[in-house]
This record gives sequence, structure tokens and C-alpha cells, in this order.
Amino acid sequence: MKLHEYQAKEVFADAGVPTPASQLASDVDGVVAAADEIGYPVAVKAQVQVGGRGKAGGIKLVDDAEEAREAAEDILGMDLKGYHVGQVLVEEAVDFVDELYVGITMDRGEGKPVAMVSTKGGVNIEEVAEEDPDAIAQEHIDPSFGMHPYQARKAVYDAGVDQSVARDVSSVLTTLYELWANRDASDTEINPLMVTSDNEVIAADAVMNIDEDALFRQPELAEMEAEAASTGDDLEQKADEYNFDYVRLEGNVGIIGNGAGLVMTTLDLVDHYGGEPANFLDVGGGAKADRIANALDMVFSDENVDSVVFNIFGGITRGDEVAKGINEALEQFDEIPKPVVVRLAGTNWEEGMEILNEDLVTVEQTLEDAVQRSVAYADEVNE
Amino acid sequence: MSVLVDDDTRVVVQGITGGEGKFHAEQMMEYGTNVVAGAVPGKGGQEAAGVPVYDTVHEAVEEENADTSVIFVPPAFAGDAVFEALDTDLDLAVAITEGIPTQDMARVNKRLSETDTRLIGPNCPGLITPGEAKLGILPGNIFSDGNVGLVSRSGTLTYQVVDNLTNRGIGQTTAIGIGGDPIIGTDFVDALELFENDDETDAIVMCGEIGGEDEEEAAAFIDEHVDTPVAGFIAGRTAPPGKRMGHAGAIVSGSGTGTAESKISALNDAGVPVGDTPEEVADHIEEFLG
Repeated sequence: MKLHEYQAKEVFADAGVPTPASQLASDVDGVVAAADEIGYPVAVKAQVQVGGRGKAGGIKLVDDAEEAREAAEDILGMDLKGYHVGQVLVEEAVDFVDELYVGITMDRGEGKPVAMVSTKGGVNIEEVAEEDPDAIAQEHIDPSFGMHPYQARKAVYDAGVDQSVARDVSSVLTTLYELWANRDASDTEINPLMVTSDNEVIAADAVMNIDEDALFRQPELAEMEAEAASTGDDLEQKADEYNFDYVRLEGNVGIIGNGAGLVMTTLDLVDHYGGEPANFLDVGGGAKADRIANALDMVFSDENVDSVVFNIFGGITRGDEVAKGINEALEQFDEIPKPVVVRLAGTNWEEGMEILNEDLVTVEQTLEDAVQRSVAYADEVNE
Repeated sequence: MSVLVDDDTRVVVQGITGGEGKFHAEQMMEYGTNVVAGAVPGKGGQEAAGVPVYDTVHEAVEEENADTSVIFVPPAFAGDAVFEALDTDLDLAVAITEGIPTQDMARVNKRLSETDTRLIGPNCPGLITPGEAKLGILPGNIFSDGNVGLVSRSGTLTYQVVDNLTNRGIGQTTAIGIGGDPIIGTDFVDALELFENDDETDAIVMCGEIGGEDEEEAAAFIDEHVDTPVAGFIAGRTAPPGKRMGHAGAIVSGSGTGTAESKISALNDAGVPVGDTPEEVADHIEEFLG
């Protein structure tokens, strides 16, 4: 779960990281009032959770009230890479002389958190990582001890940060680690961390991704998530409510399965047999009937979907529960909206096959046959 | 023959009084696994699935000589449960639980390096030596005894590939689901090493997926150290790039790795054919076995 910039900044500021003066606004008058109060120049920044907002026209620097009004009219309500912009952050424009990058993340290869510092801030840091990895100093941290102060200093000095701000940058890095550890973050990042002519450091952006598996012990952040979920793709939002791993894609074959690896394989096979996947939907392990019915509801809600393939290989998931869910979801229709192909295997698949109402679905025994049948159904619609 | 588990393995089930724990303890016993005890704090003295329950894993080890634990503890408490298993010096701990916070696993990972216990998982289906024992939630009926070792990051994909093998009469020595979480115990390299050193394993299937660099590392290991023929499968060729990848995470791993293409080409370079479909993986294995 990713926090919005304004939320992450709030969390960072509460922890003592210097951030620019800012206010959140959701209408044009509110933007102008906020800008007047903060004092020009200000930046007007779209609050959507996608990268490259600036390039896409979602961030504008303005010098007076008239420009603030124009920027607000342009940005509020715009569609930014598929996300509706409902809120902007109006923020003091910081006069800076240098830009740094600081961040904490989990290095899955090492199984340890890593602190990163670079003097090449303000740009696409992934590109720096690719082209000049030495430009990013890395310091691995023992998760049972936390980050020692010397490690923060070492990363900062290794990166070549100027002596005049080294102490403040170390302090910001330490705070980012504490937030990372105490708030169950998967990433905490500032890019750029601006350095002013007075040798002050200020977080001009803020990134905080939270480990969703740990939200149970982060009630404050879970509340923020509820708030943050209010923008974006309608279907992905619905998936959030149902708590599915769901990704919407461009094609027309709806895909439901259990386990990320098997669902991805089903997508790959749809592609292999000449079809186009409409989505990735993993119902997870041990799904009961109501969850299966919700999954069908989700995929039917996507108007691009022309056929649906259900691929369940039960381990902890039971075929009889899946069959019940499919029946429940389909029996409410006078006419099934889109053809559904079902492949059941593994735990209790035979019980499932006895329960499944075969008047409502097409049954196939193997993954390959099920995928080919669903691709053929989708093709028929488009002939 | 087999790796890691056989009919002598003495299993304690942590969380045996929970719904999943009880159901799968019974399933394991039905399959022939030697489940000797359960461990659930506060439930000591009771009985579940026909075996005695102890308050701690230590007691289960002392009283019943358990040497292996299978963990069905809810995510909030599962990290602690793995610590307990490690602290008891078991040979093997298998964590089935899905959704353990990553930071809990980072601390477990640190402790793991200080013990002799092997961890499989978390968020995995477990492992099975067909006809002898299964530890975890795998559907036993699809497996058959034979000479192919299988290691996979994805549970359901394991079942799919095994199904393709078994349908052709190709059996397995041991199948290990290592789990798809960012931080896991036994990884591809560990499992490949076990199979390479197992006399009964004549071919290996390795199922990976996009994300991380484990498959690339495994490919390098195969190139250097594995003589047993390996066939691969990589899930996620059509997954949209960048959809669920963390921002900073991509910096550490650098780009150019973690994609299906990079994994497939690394495996191909190590002489490992990668099937486009699970059926094709079975084709390759059939060729290896002649």
C-alpha cells in the first residue's frame, strides 16, 4: 500500500523531517486561498499514486494567484495515467542549490534492509541505479539491532555528501529508518531531498509504501489507506474492497485462479494460445464460496471481458467451495452475461464437479483445454 | 530415496488446534506422515487430530522426539512461532502461513543464519516425498513416486506441473514449494544442491516467476555445480511491467533482472530449457529421462 505524497509528508514531518509548508486542496478556490496563504511561488501537485506526475502535466509551478487558478483548473479533474485527480497539494516552492536522494528499502536478496544515499537526486533514480550504480551508496542493516548512527554517517560520507549538510542528511536517514522499522514500511524515500543556499535540507517529495501484511498493527496507516483508496481505477478499487490481488489489463479474456504463480501461468497461456488477458485475479488460498462469487462479480463488471476462464488447482482451496461459489454467482442471472469456462483440479475436485451446475458453465479437464476454449469464446464475440 | 523428509520424520504441528492446522494435520497423517504432536500455547494436555498437544515446541521435542515442525499459525504470531521452532534446534521447520509481515521475516532470517535448522517457506505449500510423507497442504493424490525432483516458488503452479508429469507416468523423488515471499528460508540454490546430491533424482524441474533475482542466481549455480538435467518454467511473461514492484526495491536489484525474459535467458544460458507451457516442461523431462 502506497501513501499519497501529502500523507507520507505528514508522517515524515511528524517524525521531524523538514518539509515545505503545504496545504491540501480539492477545488480551485481552495488552491488559490492556500497559495495566497503560503506565499508565491508555489507548486501545485496532483495527488495520485503514479510516477512521472511532472512530465504528465500533474505538477505546475506558479507565481501568482491567476496562475494558481489556471493550474488548479488544469490539474483538478484531469486524468493522469488512468487516475482521476481529485486533490492537489499546494506547496511552498523551495529555492535549492542541490538535490539528494535518500531511501530505505528491503533488499530481498540479502534479506536485510538497506539504506541508500546518492548525490544524484531529483532525477529518475532507477536510471542512476542502472547506469552508474556506484553513485548510490548502500549500507545494509541488521534488522534485529536497527541502524547504528555510524551506518547512517557512513552511507552519507560514502555517497560524497558535502560536509556542510552531512549531519542533517544523516539525521534524515536515521528518521527514515525508524519510520521504516516502526511503521512496517517496505520503502521510505525522499527524492529529491533539497539543499538550500543556507545549508538546510528539505524533503521536496515523500514516498512511503507500507507492507499490507502488517497493517493489522498499524491502525493509523490502515485508516490512511481507506482515505487513499478513494481515487483510481473503479475496478481496482472494487478489488481493494473485496481484498483481491487484481490487476486490470488491456485484453478481453477474464482470468480467475488461485495462487499468483498459477494465475500468471494462466495469463501466459491465454497469450500463448492467441488470446489477450483482461486481468490478473488471484482469489488467494482457501477461498470460500462467497469469495469465488465476488471474483466472478468483479470480472463480469469489466465491460472489456468477453469470456472468463476459472483455473483452480486446490491445495488449501477446496473444489466444492469453488463450485458452490460459481453456482451462487451464476444462478442469479436469467442469462449468463459472458461464457465461463471452469477447470477444477486438486483438493476435492470430484466433489466440486458433482456440485457444479454444468448448465451454466463449460467444463474442461486440463489447463490447456480450458484456456483454449476461453480464447475461442472471446474470439467468437469479436467475429 | 528422497531429500529432507521420509517416513521416519517426526512431525510436530504448531497451531494444530486451529481450523487449517487440524484439517491438514489429519490430511498429513492420512497420507502416512508421522505426526507425533501438536504445539499450541494454552492448549497443553489436550488432544487434537489424535495426537497430544503441548504448550511449547520444546515440550513436544522432549516428550515425543519431534525433529520437524509444520507451522499453521496466523500471520501475526507466525514469526514468533518460527523463532520458537529455530530455538528448539529442529532439523526442519516448514512455515505454511501466508501474510507474515516482511520485517518479522527479516528478523527470522537473521536468526536462521545462526542455527542448524532448515526453514522452508513461509507462504508455501510445503514438501512431499510421494508414498512416504507430506509436510504441508499439498494435495497428495496428484503426486507419484519416481525420479524427478521439483522445486517451485508457487504452490498451485507446483500442482499444475506435477499433474502434467504424473499424467505421463513420471514420478517425483521430492517436491519442494519454497514460497514466493521476498524473504524465504530454503531457496532454489539450496534445493538444487539437495537434488544434485541425491542419487535417486535423475532430473529436476524448477518453477520460477517474475520478481527478485533468485532464478538468475539459480541459473549461475546450475551452470557451475549441477550435472543433473534441469528443465524450467517461468510464470509471468505477460505480467505488466512495474505493476507491483516497489520503487526503491528496483534500485537495489538494478534493472535488467527480475523480468521473465532475464530469467529465461539466464536459464537458457546455463543449458536449462524453459517450457512455454507446463506441458512443454514435461516434454523436456521426458526427453531427459529417455
